Amino acid sequence: MSTDSVIMLRRNFKHTLRNPVAVFNAVLLPIVIMLMFVGEIGGAFNVGVKYVDYATPGMIVLTICYGLSATALAVNSDMAKGIINRFKVMDISRSAVLSAQVVATMARTLIAVAAIIGVAFALGFRPHASFPEWLGAIGLILLISFATSWFTIALGLAAKTPESAGMTVVPLILLPFLSSAIVPADKMGPGIRQFAEYQPFTPIIETLRGLLTGHPSGSNAITAIAWCAGIALAGYLWSLSSFNKRA
Amino acid sequence: MSNSAIAARGLRKTYKDKTVLDGVDLDVGTGTIFSLLGPNGAGKTTTVNVLTTLIKADGGTARVAGHDVATETKAVRAAIGVTGQFAAVDELLTGQENLQLMADLNRLGSGDARRVVTDLLARFDLTESAQKLASTYSGGMRRKLDLAMTLVGSPEIIFLDEPTTGLDPRSRRTMWDIIRQLVADGVTIFLTTQYLEEADRLADRIAVLDQGHLVAQGTPAELKRQIPGSHVRLQFASDLQVDAALRLLPGSTRDDEDDLILRVPSDGGAKSVRALLNELDAQSIEVEEFSVHTPDLDDVFLALTGHASTEAATAGPATAKENAR
Repeated sequence: MSTDSVIMLRRNFKHTLRNPVAVFNAVLLPIVIMLMFVGEIGGAFNVGVKYVDYATPGMIVLTICYGLSATALAVNSDMAKGIINRFKVMDISRSAVLSAQVVATMARTLIAVAAIIGVAFALGFRPHASFPEWLGAIGLILLISFATSWFTIALGLAAKTPESAGMTVVPLILLPFLSSAIVPADKMGPGIRQFAEYQPFTPIIETLRGLLTGHPSGSNAITAIAWCAGIALAGYLWSLSSFNKRA
Repeated sequence: MSNSAIAARGLRKTYKDKTVLDGVDLDVGTGTIFSLLGPNGAGKTTTVNVLTTLIKADGGTARVAGHDVATETKAVRAAIGVTGQFAAVDELLTGQENLQLMADLNRLGSGDARRVVTDLLARFDLTESAQKLASTYSGGMRRKLDLAMTLVGSPEIIFLDEPTTGLDPRSRRTMWDIIRQLVADGVTIFLTTQYLEEADRLADRIAVLDQGHLVAQGTPAELKRQIPGSHVRLQFASDLQVDAALRLLPGSTRDDEDDLILRVPSDGGAKSVRALLNELDAQSIEVEEFSVHTPDLDDVFLALTGHASTEAATAGPATAKENAR
C-alpha cells in the first residue's frame, strides 16, 4: 500500500473511533437478528441440522452487508463536503482515498463478524471445520467484505445526497434475506426460489456453510469466488470513474 | 506568457446542452491578485475547476505555473492550492489533525510538519481551538482552517473560490487581510467573488464573467470608469427646495421614481459629501435625508452587458444598494 493510503487509513480509523455509534450499530443489529431467528423463529424451520449451525454462515454474510451503509454515508459526505475535491487537487494517489475506506470498512466488518460468531457459539453453534477450512472461511469472509465494500463505495459516490447514499445499500442488506441464509432455497415458493438460487449470496453462503460444517463444495466455491471477483471489479471500476468524474 | 502564473486561451465547457464557458481567455501575472467577478451561475467555479485539474475543458488550453492543465496534471497539482466555495475540512478531525493530515500528504518531515502546523494555527488565530473537532468551528473559523490547510503545501498559486461568501463582515475583513499577506509573500491569487467591493479592494486585475463570456477585463480603476459612478441621493421636503438644489448642483438629476429626490454625482467620500452639504446649507436648502449609493455588481452588469445579472447576488457588503452613511 502506498504511503498516501496509509495516511488516509489513519484518517478513517480516527473517524471510526470518533463515531462509535456506527460500530455499535454494525455489531448490535445483526446480533438482534441472529437472536430473533435462532432463538425465536428458527425452531419452526426444519433444515435437517441444528438451526444455529445452519443459520450462522448466513448471519455472518448478513453482518458483512449490514455494516456497509456507514461506508456509503462516509464516502458520500466526503464528496459533498468538498474534502474529496481537496484531495483530488493535491498531488496524491487517487485511489488512496478509496482504498483506505475499503480497509477501514473491512476492519469494522471483522469486528462485527467476530462478535456474531461469538454469539453463535454462545447459542450452541458447533462448526466442524478443520484448520484449513477455517482459513478458507476467513479468506472468503475477507473476500466478500472486500467486494461489497468496493461496490458500496461506488454506490456512495454515485448517490446525490448522504440520505440517498444510505438508501442505496438497502438492496445489498436485503439480498442475503432472499438467499439460502435463513432457509434452504428449495423450501421457498416458486419465483423466490429461482431468484434465491441464482443470486450471488446463495453460492457465497453455501460455500461458507460448507467450509464451516466441514463439507466444502468446490462448485459453489468457484461460483462464489467468481461473484465476489466480479462485484469487486465492477465496484472498483465504477468507483474510480465516479471519483474522477465528479467535481 | 512567460511571466504568467495562469494563462488560458479559449476555454470552453458544455454540460449536456448548457454552455457554461464559452471561450474564456485569462492572463494572470505572477505575484498578483486576479479576481473573476460574476453572479451565481456565471461559470466562475467551472473556470476554477478547469484550471485546478478537477474537470477537463471541452476546448481551449490553459497553463498554470507553466504546465498544461490537461496533460501535466501532476505538475499543476504540485504547484497549486485550492480553497473552494464550501470549507473542505474534515469535521471529525480537530483543527490540528486537519493540518497534520495535509502535512503528511505533503510529505513534510515530522519537525517541519510540527513547525508549519504550529505557525499556521497561530497565524490564523486557531491555536486555542486546535484540539477541538472542526465540526464545532464557526463558519469563519472553518474558512480559516480551510485556507490554512491549503497553505501547508506552500503553493505558488492559490485559487480561492468565493472565499468570503456567507461570512460575517468581521470574518470577511480578516480573510481580506490574510489574502493581502499571502500576496506580499509572493503568492499568486486567483479569486472568484460575487462582490464588487471585494474585487475592488483586493485585486490588481478584475475580469467580469457573464454566462460563460468575459465581458470586461482590466484594473479596478479601468472597470469603474466603464460603470456608472457612485452618487449621493438627497431627499427634500418640497418641490421648491428641489428646484433650488437643481440650480445649485450641476449634473444633478431628479430620481425616476420619487421627484423629491435628487441624484448628485459624487465619489461618496466624506470630504466631498461634507462640501456638498455645506453648499446646500449656505443656501438654506434643507436636506431631509441623504444616502450614498456605490455601484454594485448589478450596476456593473447592467453597464457591461445591458442586462441585469441573471441571478441576483445574495446579500453581501456591496449589494446593499444604499449604504447610508
